[in-house]
Amino acid sequence: MLHQIDWQLLAERLFEPEGPFWRALVTTVGIAVAAEIAGVIIGFLAVLALRSRIWPLQIVTYLYVWVMRGTPIVVQIFFVYFGANLFLGFDLFPREVSLIGFTVSGAIVAGTVALALNEGAYMSEIVRAGIDSIDRGQLESALAVGMLKSTAMRRIILPQAARVIIPPLGNQFNYMLKTTSLLAFIGVYEMFRDAQVHYSVHFQPVEVFIAVALWYLVLTTIWGIVQVQLERRFGASEREETESWLNRFLGFGRSDGGRR
Amino acid sequence: MNAQLAAALPPTDPARALPIVRAADVHKSFGTLHVLRGVSLSVMRGEVVCIIGPSGSGKTTFLRCLNHLERIDGGRIEIDGQLVGYREGKNGKLVEDTKVNIARMRAQIGFVFQRFNLWPHMTALQNIIEAPIRVKGEPVDQVIARAEALLDRVGLRDKRNAYPGRLSGGQQQRVAIARALAMKPKLMLFDEATSALDPETVGEVLAVMKELAAEGMTMICVTHEMGFAREAGDRVVMMDEGVVVEEGTPESLFTRATQERTRQFLAKIL
Repeated sequence: MLHQIDWQLLAERLFEPEGPFWRALVTTVGIAVAAEIAGVIIGFLAVLALRSRIWPLQIVTYLYVWVMRGTPIVVQIFFVYFGANLFLGFDLFPREVSLIGFTVSGAIVAGTVALALNEGAYMSEIVRAGIDSIDRGQLESALAVGMLKSTAMRRIILPQAARVIIPPLGNQFNYMLKTTSLLAFIGVYEMFRDAQVHYSVHFQPVEVFIAVALWYLVLTTIWGIVQVQLERRFGASEREETESWLNRFLGFGRSDGGRR
Repeated sequence: MNAQLAAALPPTDPARALPIVRAADVHKSFGTLHVLRGVSLSVMRGEVVCIIGPSGSGKTTFLRCLNHLERIDGGRIEIDGQLVGYREGKNGKLVEDTKVNIARMRAQIGFVFQRFNLWPHMTALQNIIEAPIRVKGEPVDQVIARAEALLDRVGLRDKRNAYPGRLSGGQQQRVAIARALAMKPKLMLFDEATSALDPETVGEVLAVMKELAAEGMTMICVTHEMGFAREAGDRVVMMDEGVVVEEGTPESLFTRATQERTRQFLAKIL
């Protein structure tokens, strides 16, 4: 028998979700933003570590990137949350953690840390590629006028690398918004967990999942618009015209055209 | 030609009589490739020296060694009496200088690249004011005034707010020269400054360089522009296979070269 969509339930889940949904949505966005920001910082630090002359630091960073990119993220989430308890007999993340006046569950903190660590590994590759894409002459001309390498990095190399880094970074954040759903696995009450709870009550997964999928689509669409603005801003000097955001969503015209 | 700047120093200043650049027996290898095999060169204050020679002769590498963009493997380079890139260690051996000292030394030497290397995310003006503000910490309004005067001088007053991507090669190179001059260097190094340019824009860059020479700037130019060497150069240095083959005034070198290799090279390009 083919599935008959319960339009009323679908509409309800879409337009009048119950109270916990909104809390779950805020949790999803909050975790995604926090994990992405932390991931970008970790990514930059990893690049610095890989470029340092301290070889133990290099090896540790290589191992970190290798493991994080090579193992399922669900497994990483599991071990970040439960690992310390299982192997060392203490809880790394207590049930509740208070952060600047807020109290959040330990699972949220653990989940965010896991996502950030995973993201950092991918970001390190993106940052490295961004820096490597800048012509060596740029660094040389900065050194030649008497800049220290650190100043040259900050003033000359990174602003140019940012242009190369931002499109894939936006892509990563789009991915991050959806990856937060894996935290349902350790009991974080985010959007997907909310859907899970509802379908286990109604036994109508089709409507519940369609609704939650559409909500993720809303979030990623809003982000897409923000991303186009960001790219416009950072590409200002070299390309006057940017592809329309419609093009972006339809998936073509996604090119590096005009960017050096 | 060198009289002007030399005259600016008090007559009693011993620096007047000393070479501003003193390179002695400079060696440099890239892996197994021995690029510089003992280059020695002295340049006086206000002098314009053109280095010529076939590609692969080491002239660009030598120029890059002068501000430590390449570290030398042997010999020593002094600029204004200061060792470049190295300092005397405890046992009298040379050790590489601190990053801060190297940067401070580079800030006094202008370097113009073959491929300009302007910073594409900054306007012409921003390219010029960046280093005086960030490196020397000079007051912003003062630096902007100087940068505008420099843009004027290289004939690009109206390109103040243009990004490098919107400028022709010749215009970019003139901005690059202004960027170097904004640091008030005591020495300017030109690394084939016109080789990457369209033929019709070579002239405008050479004109700026000639003017600079006429004003008494100390310049070392790696160049293939024999017309420039003849007109603006005080001395021409011929390099081949990592050594200085011969040197002399443009007139004597171009007409009465003593070395066979120099004559062969000149026959090919003149």
